[in-house]
Amino acid sequence: MSGAHKPNVKAYLAVFAALMVLTVVTVSVSYWHLPPAPAIALGLAIATLKAGLVAAFFMHLKGERLLIYGLLGITVFFMAVLFTLPTWDSWDIREMTQRVEVAAPHQAAAAHH
Amino acid sequence: MNHAATMQADYEETGITNAKLGLWLFLASEIMLFATLFTTYIVLRLGAGSWPRGWEVLNVPLATANTFVLISSSVTMVLAYAKSVEKDLPGFKLWMGLTILLGLVFLVIKGFEYGAKFNHGLFPSTSIFYAVYFTMTGLHGLHVIIGILVNAYFWLASSSQFDHPLFTGRIEGSGLYWHFVDLVWIFLFPGLYLL
Repeated sequence: MSGAHKPNVKAYLAVFAALMVLTVVTVSVSYWHLPPAPAIALGLAIATLKAGLVAAFFMHLKGERLLIYGLLGITVFFMAVLFTLPTWDSWDIREMTQRVEVAAPHQAAAAHH
Repeated sequence: MNHAATMQADYEETGITNAKLGLWLFLASEIMLFATLFTTYIVLRLGAGSWPRGWEVLNVPLATANTFVLISSSVTMVLAYAKSVEKDLPGFKLWMGLTILLGLVFLVIKGFEYGAKFNHGLFPSTSIFYAVYFTMTGLHGLHVIIGILVNAYFWLASSSQFDHPLFTGRIEGSGLYWHFVDLVWIFLFPGLYLL
């Protein structure tokens, strides 16, 4: 069929092996019980690498038409907006709350009640 | 040009079949749906006074086993696609059958995980953490069920439709959906269980 991708079984099996190894790495790293910031950074980096392999080889994005890239580019842009704005806002609120609590702990505690 | 060939013909402007373009548009909407839930999770976690680390309260070995199962099902899915391109019906039935079986194994393991939580009196109403956990894994599980139904339909229909000119494209489409389900789990697993 035109538009269908030519299967590459060797590449599929290589990606399968890589995904298995990366899963073992992710789980092993979690047993180090790292503090949240590096744990999130490392966990996200490995997950993104795994997702990239699945998308590129299993979903055949490698060698896909420009139209699909454009479509996904727009999606990723809006997904980034969706992630960033609320996260930024709640981070700000958290920081402000902490500043209030440090500057005037008694009033802040009273305000909570 | 017969009807099937007309339907299969690529758009001159895009070089992509309508079905494939439609499926990618659907997946784009699915990306936004799960992104909304991930954002909700981040905002709730940032705003919470305390939040459990996933490994303290969830079953990491079971979720790790499920990760291996889902990755394996993704590779059996592409092998089924390869067999549909090669026009090898027994090979297609074997790999697609394994994909369906692995999907069912994922659900059974998830069932054990949910069962253990319910037995300990842990429900979505227990805490915000469990509300997030059950909502995200529940919606993902629903996608797994739908994927199994679609794949089971094609497994059954392959006996009569295998030589249809659109069949390979349909398997590529159901594969795209199944791999997307795997992709979501790739982020859910560390996001909920390991961080």
